Amino acid sequence: MGNTGPKDMKASLGLRAGLLSLLIFVAIVGIWQIATMPTAGTGPAMDPEYAKLVGAAAATGSKSAMPTPADIGATIWHHLLDPFYIRGSNDKGIGIQLAYSLGRVLLGFGLAALVAVPLGFLIGMSPLVYRALDPFIQILKPVSPLAWMPLALYTIKDSAISSIFVIFICSVWPMLINTAFGVGSVRKEWLNVARTLEVGPFRTAFKVILPAAAPTIMTGMRISVGIAWLVIVAAEMLVGGTGIGYFVWNEWNNLSIANIVTAILLIGLVGLALDQGLAYLAKLVTYPE
Amino acid sequence: MEHRPLISVEGLARRFGDASQPAVFEDIWFGVDKGEFCCLIGHSGCGKTTILNVLAGLDSPSEGAVIVDNREIDGPSLDRAVIFQGHALLPWLTVMGNISFAVSSRWPSWDRAKVQDHARRFIDLVGLKGAENKRPAQLSGGMKQRVGIARALSIQPKMLLMDEPFSALDALTRGMLQDEVLRICADTNQTVFMITHDVDEAILLADKIVLMTNGPGAKIAEIVVNTMPRNERHRNDLHKHPQYYAIRNHLVEFLVNRSRAFDQEIAEAGYDPRRLKLVKPGLAAVNPPAEVVPLRHSS
Ligand SMILES: Nc1ncnc2c1ncn2[C@@H]1O[C@H](COP(=O)(O)OP(=O)(O)OP(=O)(O)O)[C@@H](O)[C@H]1O
Ligand SMILES: [Mg+2]
Repeated sequence: MGNTGPKDMKASLGLRAGLLSLLIFVAIVGIWQIATMPTAGTGPAMDPEYAKLVGAAAATGSKSAMPTPADIGATIWHHLLDPFYIRGSNDKGIGIQLAYSLGRVLLGFGLAALVAVPLGFLIGMSPLVYRALDPFIQILKPVSPLAWMPLALYTIKDSAISSIFVIFICSVWPMLINTAFGVGSVRKEWLNVARTLEVGPFRTAFKVILPAAAPTIMTGMRISVGIAWLVIVAAEMLVGGTGIGYFVWNEWNNLSIANIVTAILLIGLVGLALDQGLAYLAKLVTYPE
Repeated sequence: MEHRPLISVEGLARRFGDASQPAVFEDIWFGVDKGEFCCLIGHSGCGKTTILNVLAGLDSPSEGAVIVDNREIDGPSLDRAVIFQGHALLPWLTVMGNISFAVSSRWPSWDRAKVQDHARRFIDLVGLKGAENKRPAQLSGGMKQRVGIARALSIQPKMLLMDEPFSALDALTRGMLQDEVLRICADTNQTVFMITHDVDEAILLADKIVLMTNGPGAKIAEIVVNTMPRNERHRNDLHKHPQYYAIRNHLVEFLVNRSRAFDQEIAEAGYDPRRLKLVKPGLAAVNPPAEVVPLRHSS
């Protein structure tokens, strides 16, 4: 006792953090349970406007519209049992909806990477191109990607492609800027090594600049995919049809709070998985100096 | 036409910024013969690295030119290998990867196995056997510097340009690496241009020591010929050589006093940058007066 090495400290810290997380989780669920307990008799009188909005079920007051944790558990279980069913265009399993969203994000993000990385390379290599494109990037970067939606719908005339376009637009900037920055700040001495070895421009680009800038580029990709996953939900709420964003909006219309909460949890989990996936890839290309 | 050395530096000047800026150095003339080991000594910031960069073809001078093999340098070349002041290894590559990168740049048609065989020979040469698969971050300073040396030698250049290759090392490692470089250079009859701060290192390695004054407007003051024959220079008993202290004192005297006040000195004694004095302080020690060039020291 008393002589704990750094490793033990770490293990015990992890364990304690885990316990604390569990405690917080239990507390949240507990408070939630108490807050959503069915009230006996008639609850406090409800604003008629609100009652109209949330529908008759809640207006009767017999049961809160807010589901209990047990309801959520049951709903999640229900969705997990059959995530991929299709019963008509308006009734698809939550797995299908997530897959739609994920597909759009990956497609839009992939296309953005195909454009942003080479273009970022060019910008990073050439101070002239950098100066020339900088005003465009500075103006377009802060625009909410959803502002592009009407323009996309008008020109593309296809809601599915429009949402992919919106994803494209929002993921392009971080990758473009990070690639340009990474390429532009490759250490001069590494470039000099390539020059003294008479390495051609293409081989220099692939063998020196790309690996040197890879960690910065990957950071840009990680930011991009995070933003894309945020934006897709909003985009799908706007255009409707399919996807987890549409699902959430649809369930709001059905006033199925349990489904909405389930969707929120799943959106969080998928976002986490995307982030961790890219973090893993970033780790592969990172080099210690 | 008079004899032209392998590397001939002719009227070099370098200015950063516009023409109104003072030149870092100007009117630099000297040559390095084939097979010669030439050291450049001068204080920090006088422009040594800048000269080496011009020799390497990485930087272009504001005035003058460098002629190698009767052709003016207009860019880097595989014939002139550079060992950088920082080791400049690519951190994402292993030792083998770093050297293979150089080897396959030199011989693009070689297949992977041949490149690696060749690289391995040079890894062994600098005593890094067993470290092939380590990344630079896992190596000590001395090991990194060896990789840099192996990389430069592996492309079998016509000449080696070294920028303080041993300055970041402890005395023991430095000594070992100096011996290795000396042996390799002698074996392959390399032409070497090396920058150093270290007077003893210059005496041990160089056949010729170029003395550079302080900047801005730095000049080459004179060229000291190392009259100690190569086979009489041994690291451990260098100081026992009869010429050693004379050469050393001359160099130290230059660094301590004359490098600073050289303008004053030439105002009194005259100076032609194209016909530099060849000084042989070592000989003064063995057969006194007569042929020694008189030197005026400013106090
Ligand atoms: N790219 C640059 N732009 C402006 N000034 C520069 C640049 N490179 C070098 N200098 C200046 O030129 C001078 C000489 O620099 P250089 O690196 O050649 O010195 P050095 O003799 O190699 O010094 P050290 O012994 O410390 O390595 C310095 O005063 C430095 O400030
Ligand atoms: Mg230097």
